[in-house]
Amino acid sequence: MSTAITDAATVTRVPVTGKEKRLLRHAMMPHMLCPGCGHGIILDAMLSVLSERYDNLDNVAFVAGIGCSSRIIGYIDACTLHTTHGRPLSFATGLKLARPELTVIVITGDGDGLSIGGNHLIHAARRNIDLTCVLLNNEIYGMTGGQAAPTTVLGAYTTTTPQGNTQHSFDAAELAKAAGATFVARAQSYRPQVFGEVFGQALDHVGFSFIEVMSDCTEYFGRTNRFGGGADMLMSQARYEPSIDADLARRPTVEPIADAQPVRPVLPTGLLYRSSRLTLEETMGIKGARSSEVNETGQYSTDQGRDA
Amino acid sequence: MRLIQGNEACAEGAIAAGCRFFAGYPISPSSEIAEAMARLLPKHGGVFLQAEDEMASLGAVLGASLGGARAMTATSGPGFSLMQEHIGYAYLAEIPCVVVDVMRGGPSTGLPTLPSQGDVMQAQWGSHGDRAAVALAPSSVQEVYDLTIQAFGLAESLRTPVTVLFDEVVGHMREGVELNSPDPRSIGSRPRPTQPPGASFEPYRANEALVAPLPDFGRGYRFHVTGLMHDERGFPTTDTSIVAALLERLEKKVQVVTELVEPESYLMDDANLVIVSYGITGRTAKAAVDVLRSKGVKAGLWRPRLLWPVQDGLLKEALAKAEAVVVVEMNRGQWAREVERVAHNDALLHPLLKAGGAVITTEEVIDHALEVADGLPAAASRRVPLAEAVSWTEGKNQARMVVPASTTAKIGATEVDIEKKVGGE
Ligand SMILES: Cc1ncc(C[n+]2csc(CCOP(=O)(O)OP(=O)(O)O)c2C)c(N)n1
Ligand code: SF4
Repeated sequence: MSTAITDAATVTRVPVTGKEKRLLRHAMMPHMLCPGCGHGIILDAMLSVLSERYDNLDNVAFVAGIGCSSRIIGYIDACTLHTTHGRPLSFATGLKLARPELTVIVITGDGDGLSIGGNHLIHAARRNIDLTCVLLNNEIYGMTGGQAAPTTVLGAYTTTTPQGNTQHSFDAAELAKAAGATFVARAQSYRPQVFGEVFGQALDHVGFSFIEVMSDCTEYFGRTNRFGGGADMLMSQARYEPSIDADLARRPTVEPIADAQPVRPVLPTGLLYRSSRLTLEETMGIKGARSSEVNETGQYSTDQGRDA
Repeated sequence: MRLIQGNEACAEGAIAAGCRFFAGYPISPSSEIAEAMARLLPKHGGVFLQAEDEMASLGAVLGASLGGARAMTATSGPGFSLMQEHIGYAYLAEIPCVVVDVMRGGPSTGLPTLPSQGDVMQAQWGSHGDRAAVALAPSSVQEVYDLTIQAFGLAESLRTPVTVLFDEVVGHMREGVELNSPDPRSIGSRPRPTQPPGASFEPYRANEALVAPLPDFGRGYRFHVTGLMHDERGFPTTDTSIVAALLERLEKKVQVVTELVEPESYLMDDANLVIVSYGITGRTAKAAVDVLRSKGVKAGLWRPRLLWPVQDGLLKEALAKAEAVVVVEMNRGQWAREVERVAHNDALLHPLLKAGGAVITTEEVIDHALEVADGLPAAASRRVPLAEAVSWTEGKNQARMVVPASTTAKIGATEVDIEKKVGGE
């Protein structure tokens, strides 16, 4: 995969109009996310994009697994299906095949989608089913109290790696691409506009679109690894951006400390890969499904940008 | 009339009941159901999906069901184990579906090609937590067809997962079947909301029948479905009284099934030796009843077609006049425990149990029943609790449990004398 990164300057800002509030399920409030949690930022960004497209979410279904990340669907006023740990893509596959006209969006976590649900992820990608999967990667199991995830980097501290993590981690975007996803992007809770941009493109893309979002668990990952609060963690996502670097230099909490505590990996963001091939619905001949032909002509406003 | 296999009849029944979505993962001895569905569904505008595993199979079935499709999966032993989490999910979230389990010998990979009735308890207790399962047990190819149709009717009208349990022999044997189009009443229908979509719609507010009306996803009703305990709005709750009421409603809701599925009673009117058996052994036992009658034994057969929930009332009635009860099962004593619970009189019980992959033959049932009958009417003196009444002996080809007629054991006394008998001789 190329080391493309979307240039923040080229991103069309998603206007903050307040319209997204219409799409919230107010009766479910207050929400259960901790202060500073990155997941809420993505919920907000997602609703902003959807509110530009839809007056209501009658024809959009959200399917999620189990985890803090997955819980965000409960706050969306749509048909929302909170399934079992790791299995949302299997439920979504059945729903989409039965109702191809619906827009199906899967929300999963790094534990949900890459550990217990890794098998379903690669098979959904292989089939190229026409849905969008957003994986919120906070490098930890937030919901269960901060245990290591398959995305926890080597050396990182979690409640099950008190001496530092001894297992290598996954690159979710590479995995999805290798398994056959036809749209792969990475975004950060640090820059919700980039997320909004690729999320919109993912919705337009016909086929399996996958977005890995670097999110933050302030409560566990942040605390255990002494990354500071929500704002510090957001900044830490933006290392190597000159303006941020200058600022980070003044913030010792995100620098590697003497005992070789790891810092978070810097990964390319933006649209990383896209291609076009027949969707599962097309190969199965399911009526009412979208045609992947539009991918050939579709306009993507963000393309693979400069190297990091 | 068509000559088809039990597994094919299951697929035909599903199609006749309006099933339009099937997801499954290959496993013996149930694979022919998936193969038949792969053939039949496209012709009926339905979708067949070969999933990556059994969790995905049932997950996809539940997703399709919420989309509005009548949906089914089929599996055997190890796959049934994997599905348990989603069976519990379907129960709590109240998503209609049919799960077929063609039983093979277990535990583990066990005996992939040989029959058993070893998943009976799993069908009720396989998923964690309290759950009132619904499980049907056909014993002929015709009955596989008919009960698969009824399974859809029950699942749809009650919004609950329904299991169809049969063994490898029923799945693979071929018999003539009438593929009658079902009576629309028997295929049931999902209760639908009468109020229009809107904020006041509560997806888990039950009607008089304790069933909550279920709209399809994407038809204007926006609602939340979760495997967390939830209130009538479908929102997660830990309010203990709401949770207790929900569990109670779910359990009560399915009890109506006991009135809707009829057991077979054969020569029961004057029977003092009652054989209780289901599935394939229900048939070998029925043949045994005829022979026993010709030998002057007043034998009768009570064959449940519904294993869960247990039809306590009907079973009690069936056992009321019995002086001896013989439960015939291809396992080490599963449904026999239910009979024991309902009979509440250990002295009556003389189970014939056999695990290991061989069908219990008519001859074995006859031999066993004759020994039991010989002891009548003195049966009351032989008080043998079920747990002690089975001695395990190694047969020539398979393990077998046999209850010898001369077993003597005194409840509460130290003296226990259980005679051993080698099976298969
Ligand atoms: C079968 C099963 N195993 C384990 C759990 C416990 N569990 C709940 S959430 C979770 C991890 C969630 O991690 P992730 O998907 O990364 O989400 P996060 O909470 O970090 O957003 C686990 C292990 C479960 N609910 N079900
Ligand atoms: S535990 Fe972590 S992931 Fe979960 S809500 Fe709190 S900060 Fe977010």
